Amino acid sequence: MSNRSTHLPSDAPRSVKDLRLGESGTICCLEDPEMALKLLEMGCIPGTQVRLNSRAPLGCPITLVLGDDDYTLSLRVSEAATILLKA
Amino acid sequence: MARVALITDPAGTAASAVALESRGDFPPRGPRELTRIALIGNPNSGKSSLFNQLTGLNQKVGNFPGVTVDRKTGISQLTPQHRAEIIDLPGTYSLYPKSLDEKVITDLLYDRASEQFPDFVVVTVDSSNLRRNLLLFTQLADLGLPIVLALNMMDVAEQHGVKIDVPALQQELGVPVIPMNARKGIGVAALKIVMAQQMSASTERFYEPTEALLPMIRQIRYYFNLHNDYLALHYAHQFRQINFLTADDRAYIGELVQQYDFQPTPQQAQETIARYARINAILLNAVTVTRTEKNEPYSNRLDKVLTHTVWGYLIFFGVLFLMFQAVFAWASYPMELIDQGVAWINGLIQTNFHGPLINLLTEGILAGLGGVLIFIPQIALLFAFIAVLEETGYMARVTFMMDRIMRKFGLNGKSVVPLISGVACAVPAIMSARTIENWKDRIITIFVTPLMSCSARIPVYTVLIGLVVPDVPVLGIFNLRGIALMGLYLLGFFAAIFSALALKLLLRTQERSYFIMEFPVYRWPRWKNVGITIVEKVKTFVFQAGKVIVAISVILWVLASYGPGNALEQAEARVRATAAAQQLSQRETETRVASEKLENSYAGLFGRTLEPAIRPLGFDWKIGIALITSFAAREVFVGTISTIYSVGQDADMRTVQQKLAAEKDDNGQPFFTPARAFSLLVFYVFAMQCMSTLAVVYRETKGWKWPLLQLLYMTGLAYVSSLVVYQVFK
Repeated sequence: MSNRSTHLPSDAPRSVKDLRLGESGTICCLEDPEMALKLLEMGCIPGTQVRLNSRAPLGCPITLVLGDDDYTLSLRVSEAATILLKA
Repeated sequence: MARVALITDPAGTAASAVALESRGDFPPRGPRELTRIALIGNPNSGKSSLFNQLTGLNQKVGNFPGVTVDRKTGISQLTPQHRAEIIDLPGTYSLYPKSLDEKVITDLLYDRASEQFPDFVVVTVDSSNLRRNLLLFTQLADLGLPIVLALNMMDVAEQHGVKIDVPALQQELGVPVIPMNARKGIGVAALKIVMAQQMSASTERFYEPTEALLPMIRQIRYYFNLHNDYLALHYAHQFRQINFLTADDRAYIGELVQQYDFQPTPQQAQETIARYARINAILLNAVTVTRTEKNEPYSNRLDKVLTHTVWGYLIFFGVLFLMFQAVFAWASYPMELIDQGVAWINGLIQTNFHGPLINLLTEGILAGLGGVLIFIPQIALLFAFIAVLEETGYMARVTFMMDRIMRKFGLNGKSVVPLISGVACAVPAIMSARTIENWKDRIITIFVTPLMSCSARIPVYTVLIGLVVPDVPVLGIFNLRGIALMGLYLLGFFAAIFSALALKLLLRTQERSYFIMEFPVYRWPRWKNVGITIVEKVKTFVFQAGKVIVAISVILWVLASYGPGNALEQAEARVRATAAAQQLSQRETETRVASEKLENSYAGLFGRTLEPAIRPLGFDWKIGIALITSFAAREVFVGTISTIYSVGQDADMRTVQQKLAAEKDDNGQPFFTPARAFSLLVFYVFAMQCMSTLAVVYRETKGWKWPLLQLLYMTGLAYVSSLVVYQVFK
């Protein structure tokens, strides 16, 4: 959770932002400590599965389905970018 | 502790026996034997439905000190003998407040010494999503509060294949657990019986602060004489915001936090993760999920259409259009009735009684009351729509689709509804901004909504456009007057958008704005909830904004009916003398008397005093008077102009226009040149000339700061724009 540079090499960890529609991934960690508090409260806990469910017509925000809870969360792409996925 | 077995007992005997018994145990509670119960839960956990089920129409909306959130309380008859006061707290996901509005929860629940401190708490959870919902519950339990858990939305859980072992869950959580479906009223009776009993706090703890934190926690506990570690930890987290702490208290905690190098953010993250681990263990024992995932959930299939790139927006604009139609056109019938009703009562009083007090009653107070009542149909209709949109979950989709566009201007996806409704009337529109959770977005929306041209401006637009814009076709299908009218609407719209943009850059807030929100599944609206929303909104408007409107109405009436010394009597005598000499008809005489009286009233005096200031805009003192009286409502402009130019009150628009067209300036040229008329039009597009809007902004922002800023800003914008228009075109 340190200050990384924004230009990451190509083997940088993927984030939820990079998921394709319908694709799932497992949350590895949350990058922005303050936003992490909100995301944790909303159920984005490391180890949880996320699936990119839909995108708004203009590409942002997006909706995610969390775990097997059948629970849908919507958030902006910039916010999704702070949720990193396990390789 | 109450077992589930008790809940199935017939309501009467068991419960009343318990209630009586518990009364004996309680220390004397003061004159009113009223249990105080706080209702708390995540957003979308059916908390409002439960509140409505428990209290019905026995609700009262008041204020929490210092914040814009309404304090909703209600009385619930738990058993024939036992009544309780229920306070509905804002929906929240945790006890760490993210917004100013959520702060009322911590202010209420941390202050044990407070009068308002609840005897116990009812926590509502969405059973289909227990994991996330139990987070808040475990925090409340760790505060040592007595709790009843309302396991709401059991029907949804069942549909999702979630099976909850209620006795096991009750065992794990250590508090009474009541399965229910608040929307249908199932389980409410059982909940009431449990609520009528004496509650003790759960002894179960779900999170223990780490060893390293204990020295600091112990010191805070000792200093403030707290009974509970977790509460002390929250003091360390939130001492800057807790409103009942003194400056010394804060300084003390501030020192401790530094001394022990307390890191709130990592601690809170660690706590949340630990809680989820514990919740997972609990759910493992109490919940089984059998997925019957055969076809896609209906909500997803609906979203394919309702948030589609083309259909999504088409349907949304269809909904907006319907809403606009309702507030604009359907509401006009009951409004007409109210208008005629008030006029009829006024007429009745005036024909039977006379005197200055009667005039105050009819032209001041009753006119003001009429001005309040006239908004009820629009408010009721708009909130019927909004309640349905919220209840069904469609509002979340609106935000979802509009966020990207609106965000650019510092607005919120939900700002679309107030802005569009503002074209009908700013008063209900501003009230509808309440659905925007973010404080900054809400303030910006409220601030710019009155710039949208409302229906009260139409009479002004029609008269003045008809005066100076020729009735000629353009490109075969359009009409020049129509184009001018559309131009005025667009002018207001762009002013709103760009003012929002400016405010976005100007307004500083320590509240960080997130979009992260639950995307609820579609549900049928509960008509009872819709009905209660309408009643509640109308009541708040009438009783809170209404006071201000009646007061200003009376002031305006005094200004227009009284003058310095006996100026009015002299003016009347003068007119009557000349009228008699010229042998004018009775009707003509009365019209002239009215005109002369208004000229010599305080309003007239103000108009004249105002003249030097508004002369650069091309206005004279007559327009000055109209600007002042327009403050009651913009359409009053036409009536005032008719009186000043002695057209007579019941003249139609054509007559008013002819009179205005005939008006000559000092050089004998027509007074209403296009430059003057457009300057006046632009003034009406921008200026804040509506006491009802100011009153409702005062009520919605809980203070005079924003309405006054709005008055200043809009009037300033109007002045400068009119000045430019007149000076350029004259």
